[in-house]
Amino acid sequence: MIKFSEEKLKKVSEIIQRYPEGKQKSALLPVLHLAQDEFGGWLDTPVMDYVATLLSIEPIEVYEVASFYSMYNLKPVGKYLFEVCQTGPCMINGSDDIIGYIKTKLNIGVGETTADGLFTLKTVECLGACGYAPMMQLGKTYREHLTKEKVDAIVAECRSKAN
Amino acid sequence: MAKKLLLDKAHVPGIRSYEVYRKEGGYRSVEKAFRLTPAEIVEEVKLSGLRGRGGAGFPTGMKWSFLAKPEGVPRYLVCNADESEPGTFKDRYLMEFIPHLLIEGMIVASFALGSNVSYIYIRGEYAWIADILENAIDEAKQNGWVGKNILGTGFNFELYVQRGAGAYICGEETALIESLEGKRGNPRIKPPFPAVKGLWDCPTVVNNVETLAAVVPIINEGGEAYAKIGVGKSTGTKLISACGNINKPGIYEIDMTISVEDFIFSDEYCGGIPNGKRLKACIPGGSSVPILPANLLLTTAKGEKRMMNYESLSDGGFATGSMMGSGGFIVLDEDQCIVRNTMTLARFYHHESCGQCSPCREGTGWMERILKKIESGKGEMKDIDLLWDIQRKIEGNTICPLGDAAAWPVAAAIRHFRDEFEWHVQHPDKCLTENFGLRHYADPIHVAVTA
Repeated sequence: MIKFSEEKLKKVSEIIQRYPEGKQKSALLPVLHLAQDEFGGWLDTPVMDYVATLLSIEPIEVYEVASFYSMYNLKPVGKYLFEVCQTGPCMINGSDDIIGYIKTKLNIGVGETTADGLFTLKTVECLGACGYAPMMQLGKTYREHLTKEKVDAIVAECRSKAN
Repeated sequence: MAKKLLLDKAHVPGIRSYEVYRKEGGYRSVEKAFRLTPAEIVEEVKLSGLRGRGGAGFPTGMKWSFLAKPEGVPRYLVCNADESEPGTFKDRYLMEFIPHLLIEGMIVASFALGSNVSYIYIRGEYAWIADILENAIDEAKQNGWVGKNILGTGFNFELYVQRGAGAYICGEETALIESLEGKRGNPRIKPPFPAVKGLWDCPTVVNNVETLAAVVPIINEGGEAYAKIGVGKSTGTKLISACGNINKPGIYEIDMTISVEDFIFSDEYCGGIPNGKRLKACIPGGSSVPILPANLLLTTAKGEKRMMNYESLSDGGFATGSMMGSGGFIVLDEDQCIVRNTMTLARFYHHESCGQCSPCREGTGWMERILKKIESGKGEMKDIDLLWDIQRKIEGNTICPLGDAAAWPVAAAIRHFRDEFEWHVQHPDKCLTENFGLRHYADPIHVAVTA
């Protein structure tokens, strides 16, 4: 059964307290972030239905939001999600080469996951790190000024963490 | 050295913490603001000439004075920290390194506007910065700046951070409000404006991070003193996030009296272009504003030196000028391909269109496809005219300005770099391996002498 831990449930009620009475739907985006972190890095339908119940809203209200925002994954992703920016300023600074290098190194295409389920590669649009390009988002942080060597180091770091 | 009002303490070790921030004079503006009436604070901000730093440049004091104040209805201040305009990464710097400056500005602004609960809506990807802000708010709370009956004034104030989840459109204020209500970020039809009917249908002011931070020096030094910095209607200081082909990308606080040329080439700022390359073009205010070739960037069509301020950057209108926008300053050297750069921006707007209005939903995808076609050597001459036609049909025909923002970069690229587009069409093979280069884009422009 899908259920948040007690700690996470406490967090959910804390978030709901931030809004006026009856406006608990406002907690939807933050609670979906919590749910994605808690339940395997993506939002399966039963997870979204659970969130709907928690906030006393209709499941469709959750689906339409989850499908609108790019940070919510509606399909399973690897343990480590490489989100490489490809917009103008990053492109000028060689993001195409970085994306190409990751594809070759991990032997996957954009949007694909490695066979061992460790890595998924996604291209994303501007993440607000234009001065530190090329860059990618990895979990909660940014990895900036990427080079092939840095990509090697990041992949090695993830592999060793996974073991 | 230009006067710094926002970043003057940015390099003090530990400035992120409350203790150091307070020791360096932080929260003085709150103490001062509580000795004024809300109306007097609004008046100071009006006097300062502060213009919204998110991109539109609308006078902040005026925006505040529009806020409706019906009896018994809560009012809200929402900070727009959904920084997503390509080329823009200044708010991130402020929040990451001096989070208390934003909180201080928000306390003053919330007191002036009568907002007892305010929100910082931050883009979801800035997850670690949301944590930094929440820590800083906790510190402020422990020290009595946030919470019930602040400094014994009777003013109750709570401040919360809300993370978005990846949607450029939520930087548009009504889309942001929708998102904060837990919905898709679909912009609302205006009127009613948020000042009358905003968050949960209550009167709401939405201000950019840098705008709210600027309230601190305005209150500390007075609106009049703030207005004396800068030039004309470009008062105070502006944060510029500089990126692209420059030696020193980063965040710079300028007082809007320096020239574009000095900003790019002086060691104090961008430090010139790497590898001895020449300047080809620049998008001076975030991806939405018109790109300019080197010659029109450095000199206006009248033959005057172009300056880093609202008026000068827009001198000549869209025919020969651009905009200050968000201060996202993207420099392109002679090796950059304008078609490819424009294609990535068109792809960005297509990805970020919310899909509500058909001219934007369909037009952005259409523009992306045509640009990809031209870029990959498969374009025809008529595609360039078609591209022009599509952008004309998006501009002004959508609920929110994302349509305009998508149309302008394409329009400006064709307006100023049409021969580079034509070269791609004429050289379908060559354009895959070579760049058009600098050509005449830096040549001095002939200025017609009027009799």
